[in-house]
Amino acid sequence: MSLSATKFVHPITTPPSTRSSDKPLFSTFFGSNHTKLRFNKPIVVAQRRSSSAASTSSPVVAVSDVVKEKKLKSASNLLITKEEGLVIYEDMILGRFFEDMCAQMYYRGKMFGFVHLYNGQEAVSTGFIKFLKKEDYVVSTYRDHVHALSKGVPAREVMSELFGKATGCCRGQGGSMHMFSKQYNLLGGFAFIGEGIPVATGAAFSSKYRREVLKEPGADEVTLAFFGDGTCNNGQFYECLNMAALWKLPIVFVVENNLWAIGMSHLRATSDPQIWKKGPAFGMPGIHVDGMDVLKVREVAKEAIERARRGEGPTLVECETYRFRGHSLADPDELRDPAEKAHYAGRDPITALKKYLFDNKLASEQELKAIDKKIEELLDDAVEFADESPLPPRSQLLENVFADPKGFGIGPDGKYRCEDPKFTQGTAHV
Amino acid sequence: MKLRVENIFDKYIINLGACGIRCGFIPFGERRSESDSIRQREIDAGTSSTSSSYYYSTSFRVSFIHFSPLMLASFQHSKMLRAIRHKNILPAFSAFRAFSSSAKEMTVREALNSALDEEMSADPKVFLMGEEVGEYQGAYKITKGLLDKYGPERVLDTPITEAGFTGIGVGAAYYGLRPVVEFMTFNFSMQAIDHIINSAAKSNYMSAGQISVPIVFRGPNGAAAGVGAQHSQCYAAWYASCPGLKVLSPYSSEDARGLLKAAIRDPDPVVFLENELLYGESFPVSAEVLDSSFCLPIGKAKIEREGKDVTITAFSKMVGYALKAAEILAKEGISAEVINLRSIRPLDRSTINASVRKTNRLVTVEEGFPQHGVGAEICTSVIEESFGYLDAPVERIAGADVPMPYAANLERMAVPQVEDIVRAAKRACYRSVPLAATA
Repeated sequence: MSLSATKFVHPITTPPSTRSSDKPLFSTFFGSNHTKLRFNKPIVVAQRRSSSAASTSSPVVAVSDVVKEKKLKSASNLLITKEEGLVIYEDMILGRFFEDMCAQMYYRGKMFGFVHLYNGQEAVSTGFIKFLKKEDYVVSTYRDHVHALSKGVPAREVMSELFGKATGCCRGQGGSMHMFSKQYNLLGGFAFIGEGIPVATGAAFSSKYRREVLKEPGADEVTLAFFGDGTCNNGQFYECLNMAALWKLPIVFVVENNLWAIGMSHLRATSDPQIWKKGPAFGMPGIHVDGMDVLKVREVAKEAIERARRGEGPTLVECETYRFRGHSLADPDELRDPAEKAHYAGRDPITALKKYLFDNKLASEQELKAIDKKIEELLDDAVEFADESPLPPRSQLLENVFADPKGFGIGPDGKYRCEDPKFTQGTAHV
Repeated sequence: MKLRVENIFDKYIINLGACGIRCGFIPFGERRSESDSIRQREIDAGTSSTSSSYYYSTSFRVSFIHFSPLMLASFQHSKMLRAIRHKNILPAFSAFRAFSSSAKEMTVREALNSALDEEMSADPKVFLMGEEVGEYQGAYKITKGLLDKYGPERVLDTPITEAGFTGIGVGAAYYGLRPVVEFMTFNFSMQAIDHIINSAAKSNYMSAGQISVPIVFRGPNGAAAGVGAQHSQCYAAWYASCPGLKVLSPYSSEDARGLLKAAIRDPDPVVFLENELLYGESFPVSAEVLDSSFCLPIGKAKIEREGKDVTITAFSKMVGYALKAAEILAKEGISAEVINLRSIRPLDRSTINASVRKTNRLVTVEEGFPQHGVGAEICTSVIEESFGYLDAPVERIAGADVPMPYAANLERMAVPQVEDIVRAAKRACYRSVPLAATA
């Protein structure tokens, strides 16, 4: 497995292990110097292994150095165990096969509207989300099917949501771009790029608030915000980098840099295309990692998520990845150079993981084939389930506009409209 | 689950107490409020000492002094009321002689501040977020003293990042906190409107009820004095057209307190449109309003003044103008009914229609731009439901169809004034008036 250079950059001001807690920027929960400190200062962590590798004053360290160090130290030189390997493989295969099935269903007319597929980027989703607990939060964009699956939403529910049936995870009211699941803490599903970033920052804020103001023990949920390279030119992104670093929120900003925003190349749209550099400008580490290699992503993800969980603040991780299909199923994908596509197809994350598993004798051909078959059956079942599910009833049109059912106000007879038994009969006039 | 929003019956119990003399149960269909029925009786009895004063608040206060007898221990009164409310007992007649209508006055600013204070102390999940809400004590001093009381972790001064902090508020609300996001003026909410509409208003629907957003967006709306085009727009129509939002617009201190408390307790996103020029105005408040569990129902309008000849609907500052116009009209023999909408979404169509069916004429007043405005919606609602009852075309008074000019005389022409309302009411009543200049 080739170890391409990855950089791990801390803010130039002070390396994190020597960050003093007197500095107002890092000491209190919410900024003001005038009010007295009420809360615990963030835990100062012991010497991190990366700083031992970079004992000089330069804070820049290559993860490849770290990995080599680990290899020397640990008895086994493998990055994952067999069980972990199979779990990761299964998750990536689920993502890939699911998206291929979506494409099939779309061309058969069962799915409609905007469908954005995630083929090729599975390493990022699997690499990050498999480290999360069920209570941790994931906020995504319109390319959210695989994030939903990795977070644990059953394939059946996602498929019927895409078909627009009443058994979908949002009862057919959200659709491809708006997958929400309270049970699995998945906050969709935002169609506007950049919209999910402040929402993710707010979710991180809520976990910090619950821990420090409401004093709930064990409220250490971490939030992951996934978004693309185009979003990194949007103002909301910078506003949130600032506030997340200012208030030290437990969030990881994951940039899935697939180099293309519909037909706009990242290099044509951005003055400085190296997105990881934008982290240190706001006082948080910025990391660039090869997003086609799930093991490298896992290394970085583990570090970033644990950093957030410890209360040390946000991290910006740029994953260089690629989407094999077009922006959406309606995109003819003519602008991308076929040579570029071929290059990245050769770096398919699933093939790379397979090779790693075989080379290190972690799994055999049969085991992986068995997993493939299992996933195929799961998906056939999901499609059948979605096909047979009913469409939402007419009365569902007016439901759930408000959490408070009296939100439709008071009707001509003086009673709340929602108490009228005919209210949800599907009339559009309210 | 505590019953937070008053049900309709509560007002009738108060009414029973307030008039003191009335026994029995006021029938359901009547839309009366305690203060205006008292006032009406004053006027009828000729005991009110209102001269042709243009100040609604002073005349109101004076009339209350004539009213006798004064308060029972109002605190006990409200406790008993609460007991009755919870047990759902509706007395056939009320033993309460009178209800406190003392001369306690409160500015809208104090009303908002006390509402925020009480809600923050009642529920630790409520927190404030906005520019200058903390150390500056609030750009318009609405959040004065709250930073000292609750600390910087519950009263957050944000950087100038409307889109960012509104989104943060929405994300926090997804997970059960109850943020109150302040916009310095609602004009700045345009930078954050994506989050108000797409992530807050639509989320409960898109997630099929899994995720509700108990957030309040508040701030001054509409024209202030001489602030120019980019600081003077009224956003009532914009937000009220969006399903999933509740839009409230208070006028008096009682409205401000009751509606803000209801908004904070509400599980849905609420846009709370205040008015900068009303912040300093004081209104008399009864002891019931001062009670910490006082709430007004969302979706119900208030009839500020009863009348027989023409209905005038208004919200926010225009209610004051409409009441002054009603005074002037009363002298000319036109009895105007003034409705304070309070809630723009959901609009209280039943109150408006019931009033129009009584008076047969309608004038809608608003401060914002005329096209696709609140008045247009009310007009259509009345035509859809009460067309046969209309004796005259609906008159729509709105701001001028231009960005707000800066010069003081032009600004006065761009915002509806009392004379405009009077003229419109007379036109609706087919009294001959010279036509006003149209923009």
